[in-house]
Amino acid sequence: MTDLLYAVEVMINGLMAGVLYALVALGFVLIFKASGIFNYAQGVLALFAALTLVGLQEGQVPFAHLINAALGTDLHHFGWQLPAVVAIVLTVGVMVLLAIAIERLILKHLVNQAPIILFMATIGLAYFLEGFGDIMWGADIKTLDVGLPQGGSAWLEQATAGWGSDEFYGFFIDRLDIVATLVAAVLVISLTLFSQFSKQGRALRAVADDHQAALSVGISLRFIWVLVWSIAGIVALVAGIMWGAKSGVQFSLSLIALKALPVLMLGGFTSIPGAIVGGLIIGVGEKLFEFTVGPMIGGATENWFAYVLALVFLVFRPQGLFGERIIERV
Amino acid sequence: MNRMVPPPPTPSHVTEDGRAIGPVLMELRNITLRFGGVVAIKDISFDIREGEIRAIIGPNGAGKSSMLNVISGFYRPTEGEVWFEGARRPPMRPYKVARQGIARTFQNIALFSGMSTLDNIMTGRITRMRSSLLSQALWWGPAEREESAHREAVEKIIDFLEIQHIRKTPVGRLPYGLQKRVELGRALAAEPRLLLLDEPMAGMNVEEKEDMSRFILDVNDEFGTTIVLIEHDMGVVMDLSDRVVVMDYGRKIGDGPPEEVRASKDVIDAYLGVAHD
Repeated sequence: MTDLLYAVEVMINGLMAGVLYALVALGFVLIFKASGIFNYAQGVLALFAALTLVGLQEGQVPFAHLINAALGTDLHHFGWQLPAVVAIVLTVGVMVLLAIAIERLILKHLVNQAPIILFMATIGLAYFLEGFGDIMWGADIKTLDVGLPQGGSAWLEQATAGWGSDEFYGFFIDRLDIVATLVAAVLVISLTLFSQFSKQGRALRAVADDHQAALSVGISLRFIWVLVWSIAGIVALVAGIMWGAKSGVQFSLSLIALKALPVLMLGGFTSIPGAIVGGLIIGVGEKLFEFTVGPMIGGATENWFAYVLALVFLVFRPQGLFGERIIERV
Repeated sequence: MNRMVPPPPTPSHVTEDGRAIGPVLMELRNITLRFGGVVAIKDISFDIREGEIRAIIGPNGAGKSSMLNVISGFYRPTEGEVWFEGARRPPMRPYKVARQGIARTFQNIALFSGMSTLDNIMTGRITRMRSSLLSQALWWGPAEREESAHREAVEKIIDFLEIQHIRKTPVGRLPYGLQKRVELGRALAAEPRLLLLDEPMAGMNVEEKEDMSRFILDVNDEFGTTIVLIEHDMGVVMDLSDRVVVMDYGRKIGDGPPEEVRASKDVIDAYLGVAHD
């Protein structure tokens, strides 16, 4: 009985972890849907967003090292602390500016190029942003605190303690994970509504389907690209906040993108619900696998389980669970 | 400089079947289009009057589609001027041309194949939607009213084109003839001042052609929409159009009412390939 309850706890924690994977995968899906580009820079985008958020909140002087080196000054902080809400709003602004810059400097010049060319461009963008983030905000590890609750939910633990037998100490669930789940739910619902029912959402799907036709009904491709990259930047910010609050803002944050890959292969590159379901399956799968099979083979299965699962999917269902079926007419 | 030279006073006249032909809506002046060394269009001028059906015909490779692309802004003419609604149009991107009220269809259907018929036609309304991103995000009063008004307009078009049965079908699955009809619906949804149809009947069987001809005539008749159309089928062109421009090798070799054009020696030669001696 107790074992079963532990398994349930593992599963719930898996679901919560899955939500965090899904948040990252969502950013990929948005850009892939609207432009067919696999955006290698999505992980770095999350890192950059989190760095910017911390920097603004702490009142760090951007490019302080550069300025100090050039002018011989000793700047580091403005000396204020911004409220979390203000800092988040400002960061959203920065992400929108970044989207505009990406469109102006990169995408605009690569119209009508093959997807592989655009993919290469996003690799370049990833490395650039990584360095740019470092120069702008410094390379040290930062703690991100926007007032999200942390630690296990004591209430839940006490309420469920003693279930089954006295040996069961109650469910341990991180409150941050609960918040992340709620945020992800709101994000997914609003993105789905936006893409199905708004003028811009419809335009976005139109651009994804056919550039020429989109132009002919009066859609500005450049505006849509800025819009998509802005939304992807905002999703990256949300992912950056959640992961940053969990494990600090540092370079390794950008590597969470790697965890999003198997999620995408499961859910399909073009489906928003797919990203969520894929994330949940990976989250639950790897936690349960570690819990059940892990002890038998020496543990540390979480490192590779997701990728093996993705491989299996690639063999049997390459379009993912929800992806558009690839139909070639001869 | 850009002020209009008033067009010669041209009293509106009424066709035999009772449609009103108005003043000049668009004028193309000395249009030349070159791609590198290839001359696609060579010094062509003609006008399009309000309410008429203007056909552009010619053998393959005559430059008809290029001409349509110039009008819709997809190509920028190397030389020459485009005048629309009495003003010279500066070089303009296609989406801005669309926002001026010029809608078009494509020779090789360009639909949003993943979206339903309804959604495809709905995209045609984009230039007419006004409410802001924010109010739409909140699904707030005006945005909601606007959306239902647009839905109503789209439903009317769906009724008009007799495609109720495929409203929710993803257009990628539709047969060719129906796709062409959906594409026409999307162009109509913009309530255009000028409608450009690039071979609306290419690849259709006789019955489909008859349907499409009827729709084109009805659009022109009921909404008074000005239509420029490219078509290969001479019979169709003669039946539908008020005036015809004939192109061959990028040049204009004829311009006038169908019966006049049909009798022209140059046109007959171009179509039959007669060698001059």
